Amino acid sequence: MTDETNPEDFVNKRGGDYSHIKGWGIDADPKNDPTYPMKKRTDEEIKGYTWERPPQQPVNIEVLKSVERPNITAVFGTAMPPKGLSGAIRRFAFKYSESSYARWMQLVLADRIGVVEGYIDDFSKGYIPNVFVERGWIAEWKYNRKNFILKAALTATVATAGILLLTKGKKKD
Amino acid sequence: MLAMNFRGPFRVRADHNQPYPEIEHPEDAIVRVLRSCICGSDLHLYHGLVPDTRVGSTFGHEFIGEIVEVGSSIQNVKVGDKVMVPFNIACGKCAFCKQELYGNCHEANSQATAVGGIFGYSHTAGGYNGGQAEYVRVPYADVGPTVIPDWMDLDDAVMLTDVVPTGYQAAQMGGIQPGDTVVVFGAGPVGIMAAKCCWLFGAGRVIVIDQYDYRLEFARDYADAEVYNFKELEDPVVFIKKTTDSLGADVCIDAVGAEAAGDTMNTLLGRKLLLQGGSTTALHWAINSVKKGGIVSIVGVYGPIDALVPIGNVLNKGITIRANQASVKKLLPRLIEHVKNGIIDPKQLITHRIPLEEVAEGYHIMSTKLDNCIKLSSHTAFSIKKKYKFLRN
Ligand SMILES: [Zn+2]
Ligand SMILES: [Zn+2]
Repeated sequence: MTDETNPEDFVNKRGGDYSHIKGWGIDADPKNDPTYPMKKRTDEEIKGYTWERPPQQPVNIEVLKSVERPNITAVFGTAMPPKGLSGAIRRFAFKYSESSYARWMQLVLADRIGVVEGYIDDFSKGYIPNVFVERGWIAEWKYNRKNFILKAALTATVATAGILLLTKGKKKD
Repeated sequence: MLAMNFRGPFRVRADHNQPYPEIEHPEDAIVRVLRSCICGSDLHLYHGLVPDTRVGSTFGHEFIGEIVEVGSSIQNVKVGDKVMVPFNIACGKCAFCKQELYGNCHEANSQATAVGGIFGYSHTAGGYNGGQAEYVRVPYADVGPTVIPDWMDLDDAVMLTDVVPTGYQAAQMGGIQPGDTVVVFGAGPVGIMAAKCCWLFGAGRVIVIDQYDYRLEFARDYADAEVYNFKELEDPVVFIKKTTDSLGADVCIDAVGAEAAGDTMNTLLGRKLLLQGGSTTALHWAINSVKKGGIVSIVGVYGPIDALVPIGNVLNKGITIRANQASVKKLLPRLIEHVKNGIIDPKQLITHRIPLEEVAEGYHIMSTKLDNCIKLSSHTAFSIKKKYKFLRN
């Protein structure tokens, strides 16, 4: 298909008959005009923190807080408190506003460092991650064997070349 | 317990040594997960595109389960209830929840104010562990969790936690008027569902654009849509203009978000170098192919960093842009009705079912679109061997 197609080729073939589509128009609302914003609050509620706040979840871990809000939310997640070098970078990043590049770029950097820390953490616990499984390559083997073999061969070639280069270098010493 | 464990971009594992969640707030509940899904937006995390996605986190914002423990002030649900849990964590009390903007709650995410709290969606969305696990902590359990009706299939229920409401809201935000031509960019589960829901608002023509033929075929069969593969088009925008008598579509829906293909510059800046909040190709196409005065509805997820958006065209064409995370809780009553009446059949979108142990494979299948996968659900129930430790009373 090319862009040279004529508009006539796309005349609506339904001709206004939607009887085969179950529920056609069931939620049509002529007043659904998104250019008019809804207002479902009282003027009292736009004055800031005037709502009755839920009780505060005890803050017994480190929670990084956006500078754009005055408090820690009543409830927060406790998945992975900041730690290590990545944590230090995250703490620093949170000194910047949410609209600042500096904040997000530092967080991206911290994420990458976190990956390395993750490996160190695994090894320190005597756990050697099975990267093959973790990258989901079993599925590649199941559903895309050709590509799997191709990639495996390529990896093996690169690895062999690398080992050859390394051993060659060692002999020179 | 068993839970998905993020180890870095493109690398996750099924980890049997994750700690059990605990009640940390009087309005918490602990839910034993029965079904959880991997979402297209989980892939943004998986690919390392969302800042502050910390190694060790558990993803999963689409899950259903059985309540096994409740905090001291919970009244609306009880132990034993089977519930669907909306992906957004909402307090029900703040200024935004009062407007039924449950996706924008101000009491669920300390880390950022722009985005609310979302299960298993990085610390940028509150740092909560998600439902790709045997058990999950559900905060504000009196607000979000909705008891699954007896007649409802659990596969339908899990789709009601994100895919159905997000697709429905995409159509709703489009302000579709009867007879309108709607273009949906992206034939993932949400795009397909959005296309389906456009008819409910009276669309006259629904067009779906994607790069995978198998997804387009699915969209055509499931959602009665006209479908086009943009790889076969010289320029999708020109194409849409031509098919709409050179005026443009009445409504365009961006159901793609940060990982759009189809434009080298956007791919390089947004996906490879991470210099913007994702590749905005789908949004460009939506803005440029909608008619003047038309409406662009965005439900595709973008990162927090600025993105190159053709704002000049937005102004000159007088476009209305509406975008939000779906307010699942608000939409559920209507959507449950639609499922009951057979108007929407969400479980049809689930093409793959795996035990949670194979979560790494699941992510790889979703990420590389292996085996014509549309939607993948993991059944935690398969993997539960030991008795739940909280069942002590
Ligand atoms: Zn989702
Ligand atoms: Zn709230």
